Parts: sequence; C-alpha cells; structure tokens
Amino acid sequence: MLSNIAFYGALETGLIYGLVAFGIYLSFRVLDFPDLTVDGSFPLGAAVAAVLIIEGWNPWLATGCAVLAGMAAGAVTAILNVKLNILNLLASILTMIALYSVNLRVMGRPNIALLGEDTVLTPWYSLGLEYHQVPVLLFVIVIFISLILLWRFMKSETGLAMRATGANARMARAQGIATGTMIILGVAVSNGLVGLAGALFAQSQGAADVTMGVGVIVIGLASLIGGEAVITPSTVVRALIACVVGAIIYRLAIAFALNADFLGLQAQDLNLITAVLVTLAIVLPGIRTSVASKLTRKKA
Amino acid sequence: MISATDLRLTFGKGTPLENPALRGMSLTVNQGEFVTVIGSNGAGKSTFLNALAGEVIVDSGTIVVDNLNVTKLPTHKRAGRVARVFQDPLAGTCEGLSIEENLSLAIKRGQRRSLGTAVKKQYMEQFRESLSSLNLGLENRLGDKMGLLSGGQRQAVSLLMASLTPSAILLLDEHTAALDPKTAAFVLELTTKIIEEQKLTALMVTHSMKQALEVGTRTVMLHQGQVVFDIAGKDREGLEVKDLLELFETQRGLSVDDDSLLLG
Repeated sequence: MLSNIAFYGALETGLIYGLVAFGIYLSFRVLDFPDLTVDGSFPLGAAVAAVLIIEGWNPWLATGCAVLAGMAAGAVTAILNVKLNILNLLASILTMIALYSVNLRVMGRPNIALLGEDTVLTPWYSLGLEYHQVPVLLFVIVIFISLILLWRFMKSETGLAMRATGANARMARAQGIATGTMIILGVAVSNGLVGLAGALFAQSQGAADVTMGVGVIVIGLASLIGGEAVITPSTVVRALIACVVGAIIYRLAIAFALNADFLGLQAQDLNLITAVLVTLAIVLPGIRTSVASKLTRKKA
Repeated sequence: MISATDLRLTFGKGTPLENPALRGMSLTVNQGEFVTVIGSNGAGKSTFLNALAGEVIVDSGTIVVDNLNVTKLPTHKRAGRVARVFQDPLAGTCEGLSIEENLSLAIKRGQRRSLGTAVKKQYMEQFRESLSSLNLGLENRLGDKMGLLSGGQRQAVSLLMASLTPSAILLLDEHTAALDPKTAAFVLELTTKIIEEQKLTALMVTHSMKQALEVGTRTVMLHQGQVVFDIAGKDREGLEVKDLLELFETQRGLSVDDDSLLLG
C-alpha cells in the first residue's frame, strides 16, 4: 500500500497535472490543435517563477508572470500556424525546441533551487495542517478556481465561438468568427495554464530544471484520455472534471506501480509505465463497448 | 443591394492545371430579389458564391454589398452582411454543440462576441418560435446535440440560423442537392417561405432548371465564368426547361452537353 507521503505526493502532482490536462483539453479537444508547446511552456513557467522568486518578487506575482510567459509561448506557436501557415504540429515543435534555449537563458543555468525561498506555499504552512497536506489544499483551491473560470469562459459568447472554430471552422467563419484570432487566443490560454502548472510544480518541488518539461505532453494526454475513459465528457464541465480526475488517477497509478514491491519497478521505469498506461487508456474504452455490445447481442 | 462587377479569378495560375473560373462575371441583385442561378459543371456557380461570401478572393473586379466594398474582406468580416447555407447539411452547424448553442452562435453573426453567457434566456422564446415553424418538434429539443438530428433537420436549422439576424443577402449553395427528394422538397418550401415572409434578398444556386424556374423572381444562367442570360418578370413567366435550353443555344450557339441540367 501507499504511504501517507506517497499518497499526498501523488495527489499534489496529480492536481498540478490537472492544470496541464486543462490546457491540453483546450488545444487538442476544443480547438483540434495538436500542440506540443507544453513540453517547453511547462519549464518556462517554472523558470520564470523561480528566477523572479529568487529576485525577491512576491511569489504570486512571479506565478502570474509565469502564466503570461506561457501564454506568449502559446501565442507564438499559434501565430506560426495561423499567420505563416506552418502545420500546427510542426509549429508547436519549433516553439518547443526554441523554448529549450529560452529557458536556459531565463534561468542563466540549467537549474535553480528554491530551498529557503518564500513560495506561494509558505503562508499555508502556518495553518497547522500536516506538512504533506498543505500543497494539496492550496492546489485544490487553484484548480477549483481555474475550473470555474474555464467553464464560464467556454459558456461565454467568445468561448462558444472558440468551440465552433475547432469543431467546424468553415461554419464559424460564415458566422463572422475570426477563427485565426480564436486559435491564437485558445492556444495562448492553454499554454498559460501549463505555465501556471510549471510555476506551481517548481515551487512545490523546491527547484526549477530545464529538463523538467520532457514528457509533459504525454502525461497530460494520459490524464486527459484516462479521465475521459472514466467520466464521459458529454458536457464542458464533465470534460474539465475528467481532466482533474484523470490526472489524479494517473499519478496514483504511477505511485502504486512504483510502490508495489512485487512488481519490482523502479523510478527509471516511469516512462515505460506512462506509455503502457496511455495505451491502456486509449484501448480500454473500445474494449468496454465491444464487450457491452456482445453482451447485449446475446440477450437479443 | 449587392453588385459584382467584372469578377475574374483563375485557379492554379501559371501551372498546367490553370483554370479560369470567373471570366468577367457581373451581376447586380436588387433589394428583395430572389435570384436562382443555374449552369453546368464548371460554369463558376460555386466559385461565384464563394467569391461573394469571401471564401475566395477574386483576382480583379469589385464586389459591393450595401454600399460597402467587400472585395478584399475575409469571410468573417463580411458575415454580418452575407448569410449562407451550404450544400453539405453537416457543414452549416456544429454537431458537438446543442441546438440552442448553434442558434446562439448564429444570432450574433457578424457582431462582437463578449465574455457574457452565450445561451441567454431572452433568446429562448424567439428560438422556440422559429423552430416550431419547422413543424419538426425541435422546439422541445433545444438542449439536444445537433449531431442527433438528421441531414434534413440540420439543413432546416441551418436555414433558420441564416435568417435569424438580418443580412444584405442570403446565399444558398445547392442546399437541397444532398437531401432525399422528399426532404429536399420540404427544405425548398421552407426556403421560399422564409424568404417571402422576411422579404430577404437571396441568391440560390441550383443544379435543376426546373427548380430554378419554379422558385424565385429572377433566373440567371452562368457559362464559362460569365452570365449568359438573365431573365425576370414577364419574360420569365410560363417559361419551361426546354425554353431555357433554346434560349441558351440561341444566345451562345452552343448545345447543353450536361444531362444533369435536364434532370430533376
């Protein structure tokens, strides 16, 4: 079984990746824009927040700047696609590669430790909660507010226009929607959320590292697809809840896999486990429906 | 009023596949006119409609809609003046969105979209009223996903969406061609009803000469990217398909080689 520390640790990381899953839901699902920028905007958010915190900025202000930096990165990808007509996937890979250099420039070195610095978590430790519960509480609040804001946005006139852009661009244009602007706005918001996740991750882990973005896209997708397998995303609010649930399930599954001694798995097997989990998440819903249809056919 | 003057457009310029689609097309449609457009394959009907809508930008010529020169404007900037129903019944609506969400998108056609709620309570009465005029029972299914509706139902809703807010012109691009005959007749009847009731200015492309003469107030035939004849009023009354063909042959010294024009 999981220790208390491992359990809260999984929850904490799961909640952060819930924000990443929100971003990926926005790009992959709402806009139908396969965006790999997140592998660069996650460490960008971490780098910006870490540098500003070290400089003595208010940690919330630093986190806000990380969000803006993520949005700028997303906007670059979308502009490459919309204005310069570069294939969306390729545009995002170009930005992702460029961000590796940018992140090194921002930090001035490959990693920055935040030990002993004031972070967004610092004031919460005086609440008297158990040490490992503090980040979970704060991140639950952050993700709840993000979920409400995103949900309201999706229900707004602009949000509906964005959903139409991804679902049927020709119809959207005929309704007077500037589809290019919608894509730029959507991918920017998506990466802003990922930048926020990166900033929170750096503060909860106590460090920002230039390599911390590797595979973020896969983990985010795993969370998104896994969540959709558990909660059918028939409405926007269900889809958003599925993102959070999927991210937490994913992290708990990883924690179980690494803690189950009989499996003999170790930390270096993480990427292999991820790939297996993503495959299962994609394949299982299909198997479930085919089994269900076989069962109903027998009845008839 | 819309006026298109000397529109020229060549696809694939400078390549072996060079295809002049519009070769000096001119047409003026007055307020309240319902023009039916016919022509064989490759006559430039769809290109002309796309040029009016902004989906393609012409090489030369001018398009003026209600005193605004829109020649170089992209689709979304013309959408407030130009409403449109596509040939593909699935193209005019978003299947992943509900009926009320689709209608709420259309009610803001060509206007600024805010961060306020899209599906407003004050719209509902208008939505129910227009949907009930279709007699499809859709007024009780506002929350249903568009994807649950049949092609004919979706085309009927597309028509409603196009007429929900005023426009200078309504473009109908063979919007009954992909439907079965019975549904096509229903959608066509609905079209004439909406156009008459709301006194809309409309341009309908059709593949059927019979349909072109039966509905509307004026008929225009295109050939090789130009208008070959344009009849309205008394000249048009009592005209039959064979008269149209004769007219075409005498005017151009050509014979119609496209059987599909005679069908339907």
